[in-house]
Amino acid sequence: MWTIFKKEIRGFLSSLIAYVVMLVFLGTTGLFMWVIKGNTVFDLGLASMQVMFELAPYIFIFLVSAITMRSFSEEKRLGTLETLTTRPISDLGIILGKYAASVFLVIIALLPTLIYYYSVSQLGSPQGNVDTGAMWGSYFGLVLLAMAYSSLGIFASVVTDNQIVALILSMAMGFFFYVVLGMMGDIQALDVIGKSLEWFSLEYHFNSMSRGVLDTRDILYMLSFSGLFIGLTKTFFESRKW
Amino acid sequence: MSIEVSNLTKLYGAQTAVNNITFAISKGEIVGFLGPNGAGKSTTMKILTCFIPPTSGSAKVCGLDVGEQSLQVRKHVGYLPEHNPLYLDMYVKEYLAFAAGMGGMKNPAKRVAEVIDLTNLVTEQHKKIGQLSKGYRQRVGLAQAMIHEPDVLILDEPTSGLDPNQVVEIRDLIKGLGRDKTIMLSTHIMQEVEAICDRVIIIDKGNIVADDTLENLRKSSGGKVLVRVQFAAAVEQSALLQIQGCIAAENTGGYSWRLTGTQADFRQAVSQFALAANLEVMELVSEQHSLENIFRQVTGHVDHI
Repeated sequence: MWTIFKKEIRGFLSSLIAYVVMLVFLGTTGLFMWVIKGNTVFDLGLASMQVMFELAPYIFIFLVSAITMRSFSEEKRLGTLETLTTRPISDLGIILGKYAASVFLVIIALLPTLIYYYSVSQLGSPQGNVDTGAMWGSYFGLVLLAMAYSSLGIFASVVTDNQIVALILSMAMGFFFYVVLGMMGDIQALDVIGKSLEWFSLEYHFNSMSRGVLDTRDILYMLSFSGLFIGLTKTFFESRKW
Repeated sequence: MSIEVSNLTKLYGAQTAVNNITFAISKGEIVGFLGPNGAGKSTTMKILTCFIPPTSGSAKVCGLDVGEQSLQVRKHVGYLPEHNPLYLDMYVKEYLAFAAGMGGMKNPAKRVAEVIDLTNLVTEQHKKIGQLSKGYRQRVGLAQAMIHEPDVLILDEPTSGLDPNQVVEIRDLIKGLGRDKTIMLSTHIMQEVEAICDRVIIIDKGNIVADDTLENLRKSSGGKVLVRVQFAAAVEQSALLQIQGCIAAENTGGYSWRLTGTQADFRQAVSQFALAANLEVMELVSEQHSLENIFRQVTGHVDHI
């Protein structure tokens, strides 16, 4: 697993994916937080990173899909799946290695945003007056969200040998689980059903964590979401043996 | 036994890829797995390397079952798949280090250096795999297959698509490896088997049609002798069939004939016939009963035999 993890990270670094991901993520969040008029910290007059935390889940849908799209589809296309799976390592080890690499890269992309956190806290009045709980809750939520999206992306990559198909499938699933299910509660006609469906969305649980409340239910939901899709990935990965 | 296969069957849907085959390969043997395209060579190798499971029957490598003890089997097997898939954007050294790590090597760096030395990749080790020529890529493929010091090497068409010089190099490399490893290699080129293998297993349409040493196979073709002869003038076929021991005569254009005889001194009989008939012989050559002919014979594509 560790060997796979290292190989994937080196792959990200040598294929520019890592740099593009970081650049796009930091660029967009930075622009929206500080530059583009309308919702910047200065316009709102609040020492909060709400803008970034609202935006990040949407950027992640695209970015995480871009990170994971190659993971299995490329191995299938090249035929290297054959040399990979005939080595003394379990299927789950391979999947987890690739999954961990994707999550790790997202966390690395998140780290520089701690500068935003520092800046915002310096701008607070009095200095350092920020909602620390909400901030760390949101960061924690973003990491869990990255894990959930990565599991979706890995799964999308294992069902096809085409990177573009994997990318689109992964984005569509991310959009469905975050945005579509998240909207269900707002549809009057669906009433209770809508509210229950909303409970199954990633957005519901992420928002809950962003408020700074770390509820075990939210954490469990996020983790089992990842677990489910890693399990599905494993099933599909083994389908070569059917 | 390094490899034991018994009653192995693999179905792809309704299609039978491998049909109830049984064979065993003992330690240190180099066995050629021969057959036309689509005969089931690759399928058998994929089963032995735990890439796909058999439909029925069992396959064991070093006494370990490919289904139940898959992980241990994979420790003992080095595999070069057909078409030699590689990560083209990785560096040679980087890739081999990765392969060593995946193979569970304790000291990858040392082993990588050893293998690079063994496969003569020293001058290419800092290049990207994508920049290498086909021959060097094949060496990288072999290097990754043997990097975790497996007891058994399974090589699927290791020399296909290489130029004649590269073919010779790779063959020498394989022969060198065969000194302390069991090697099973597939090919559809007879010369390859003649050049490297001790033993040959011929497979056709999923069935084993021959499994013997090269010597025995040559003998078993019934002691027939092929002679190519060119006369200076026209000869009747019926006259040629009168030659003692001649069982077939085929005109190969002009005054040239290919004769099949049953006894070892058949050429003598032919020249005596020519003398008696006052015919001038332009050419008289004994054609070796090559493996190629045996192959055609057993795989049902019989040609002038």
